Amino acid sequence: MSETNNTSKIEIRSLRKSFGNNEVLKNINLDVAKGGVVALIGPSGSGKSTLLRCINLLVVPDGGSVRVGDTRFAFGDGAKLPDVKTLARFRATTGMVFQHFNLFPHMTTLQNVMEGPVTVRRMAKADAEKLARAQLAKVGLAEKAGQYPATLSGGQKQRVAIARALAMEPDVMLFDEATSALDPELVGEVLNVMQQLASEGMTMVIVTHEIAFAREVADRLIFMRDGVVVEEGPARQVIDNPQEAATRAFLSHFHRTGALPAANATP
Amino acid sequence: MYQWDFGILWSYRWLFLNGLGVTVGFTVVIVVCGLLFGLLGAFGSLSRFRGLRLAALAFIEAFRCTPILVQLIWFYYALPILAGVEMTPITASALALSLYGGSFYSEIIRGGIVSIDKGQSEAGAALGMTPGQSMRRIVLPQAIKRMIPALMNHSIIQFKNTSLVSVLAVPDLVYQSQVAAHDSYRPLETYTAVAVAYAAILIPLTIIVRRGEKRLAVSE
Repeated sequence: MSETNNTSKIEIRSLRKSFGNNEVLKNINLDVAKGGVVALIGPSGSGKSTLLRCINLLVVPDGGSVRVGDTRFAFGDGAKLPDVKTLARFRATTGMVFQHFNLFPHMTTLQNVMEGPVTVRRMAKADAEKLARAQLAKVGLAEKAGQYPATLSGGQKQRVAIARALAMEPDVMLFDEATSALDPELVGEVLNVMQQLASEGMTMVIVTHEIAFAREVADRLIFMRDGVVVEEGPARQVIDNPQEAATRAFLSHFHRTGALPAANATP
Repeated sequence: MYQWDFGILWSYRWLFLNGLGVTVGFTVVIVVCGLLFGLLGAFGSLSRFRGLRLAALAFIEAFRCTPILVQLIWFYYALPILAGVEMTPITASALALSLYGGSFYSEIIRGGIVSIDKGQSEAGAALGMTPGQSMRRIVLPQAIKRMIPALMNHSIIQFKNTSLVSVLAVPDLVYQSQVAAHDSYRPLETYTAVAVAYAAILIPLTIIVRRGEKRLAVSE
């Protein structure tokens, strides 16, 4: 199914997902403009990671529809589940970065980044290597090409993971708490790379606890709780002046526990 | 006091060597076939299809939970009656031992695959890999490393299990030494020599396995 002269890159309509009896997403609607950066925030268990994973269908929704670019999938009554080949082709156009990096430990940094282009895009090894080296240079790790992930710091691992996703030349990048597993002093280097990507016009959806970063880099912010969108709007506006009590409560908690100051997060 | 006399075994040396050759050759066959059955059993038990999963489970439990000696006898005496196929003792025992080994290999291979963090196959999927590609490129290369020590360990057990085929008159090392023992009236010397022969082959093997484990641990 395809259409569209629509300006939005990602369009999600009435999305529903349950795990057993636990309804994690209840009728979610979301639009991300081309080149837009959307931050998803909310307490744990709010469904924000599940929502993110529904965008590239790592989690298959129970109902509603997901469109990225020109590809649209509908779920629920009577809708046939996409087969593995269709899913794979669709996911190749979206990049994802995980909380725990999920680098391939049996491959060097360079091989990690080459893996997608070689295996999925059937690119010639030499071309893939050139592309991979360029992506590694972009995240500032050109000199780590020959090393195995185990020898890298957390921040370096996550930057390699970003390079690996970028090597597929995706239209959209999804970040699933990309800095949550990092030591505080390593968070900045990853946020820097993400900010650079945003400034280059990459369409991004970011699940994050870095409120200061979201305020700085995201143009829209979505606050979720218990599987519903409680509040959304321009990032600065929602963070500086939340309308809903739940949003205020959540954000105040962050201020009190001392989120990273903006200067530190975005040097 | 018993007077040991190992010298007498020298005249049976060709018999022993012959038996040893059968034992080693037999082990190679049942390890290779066993690994094939193991691979089938493992992928069957991880299949998306319920029928395949149940079939694999039935195979694994049937062979894992019955004694190999009983299986050997059953394959040689009972199966021909049930299935109407005659088998030589060698075929029957190779089949029984391969299936028996395969049931254990299945569990080792399955365990190795499921021990790989789910994030690995998710990362593969997020890159656009099909489940087959992520199994081949991402999961199996890591899983095999973890399986190797257990696979080697069970292969060593399989090497020793070949001694049981002597009950079906397959002329392996144990069978031949029974012949020698009856002939020479020197069973103590004979079986001592047999034990030494098994150990002489297996101890170097276990040392190689242990070295290999260490090297794999470093690269992970």
